Amino acid sequence: MYGLLWRALPGPRWVRSIVVLLLAVAVAAVCFEWVFPAIAPFVPFNETTVGDQ
Amino acid sequence: MSRAASAARTATGVLGELLITAGTLLLLFVAWQLWWTDVRADMAQGERTDQLQEQWGGVEPDPPALPDQVDQGEPPALPEPEAGEAFGIVHVPRFGDGYQPRPVLEGTSQDLLKDGVGHYPGTALPGAVGNVGLAGHRVTYGKPFNQVEELVEGDAVVVETEQAWFTYRVSTHEIVDPGDVDVIAPVPGDPTAVPTERMLTITTCHPMFSARERYIVHAVLETWQPRSAGEPVAMAQGAG
Repeated sequence: MYGLLWRALPGPRWVRSIVVLLLAVAVAAVCFEWVFPAIAPFVPFNETTVGDQ
Repeated sequence: MSRAASAARTATGVLGELLITAGTLLLLFVAWQLWWTDVRADMAQGERTDQLQEQWGGVEPDPPALPDQVDQGEPPALPEPEAGEAFGIVHVPRFGDGYQPRPVLEGTSQDLLKDGVGHYPGTALPGAVGNVGLAGHRVTYGKPFNQVEELVEGDAVVVETEQAWFTYRVSTHEIVDPGDVDVIAPVPGDPTAVPTERMLTITTCHPMFSARERYIVHAVLETWQPRSAGEPVAMAQGAG
């Protein structure tokens, strides 16, 4: 999987390394900004209210 | 190596990579939830309280309230806040100098509690006879009530509003089931009683990182003073 990605990337080793790093940062950013906030309501450790909320 | 064996190896490799990816994403999620939500919420809530204080007008830093300005009869009634409106700021001196005051917003939805402390709609407003119900996170999203267990009897919970400062003193705490709404009744624990006292009740999760129970702190209004009188003395008492 990641082997395919590595081989598909152009350029010498250092260019590929930078591209991979940028991709990883992009994935993390998308998770932080959109994916995790969407999942968070289903993680029940931060419920603070009494009654049906 | 046979074709079948080679295919099996590839499949195992891909599965392994997927599992490692899943594990990394889970760790990222934990980092986001336990660290990043605090960073973001602290910034946003800090800006909110600064805005409110600017809008309400500054408070002279030092002069303690004159005795004749303290507790002069009936506190001013707040206008009923709209849903989501920030109408107060909570200060808890016991939580130390590093504790950032938190905006109080009308409502207690999950979304709203990311932006500050929530006021249960329908409960009393600060200063009024009855029970001011406040909910806040104990972990994540700025965790306004993270140190709630440090509160002891007599500690101050100060609510700052556009017109006045309200100093409540902690009376009791209890640990209840999530369904126990009586704790925020006008007379805590007795939903049919007619209130005569001016109370405030904090609800937050318990134990930490669990939704199993709720940690409840009750407090009683000690004094109030107009905003122009400056910060109440209770603010300076800190974690004494």
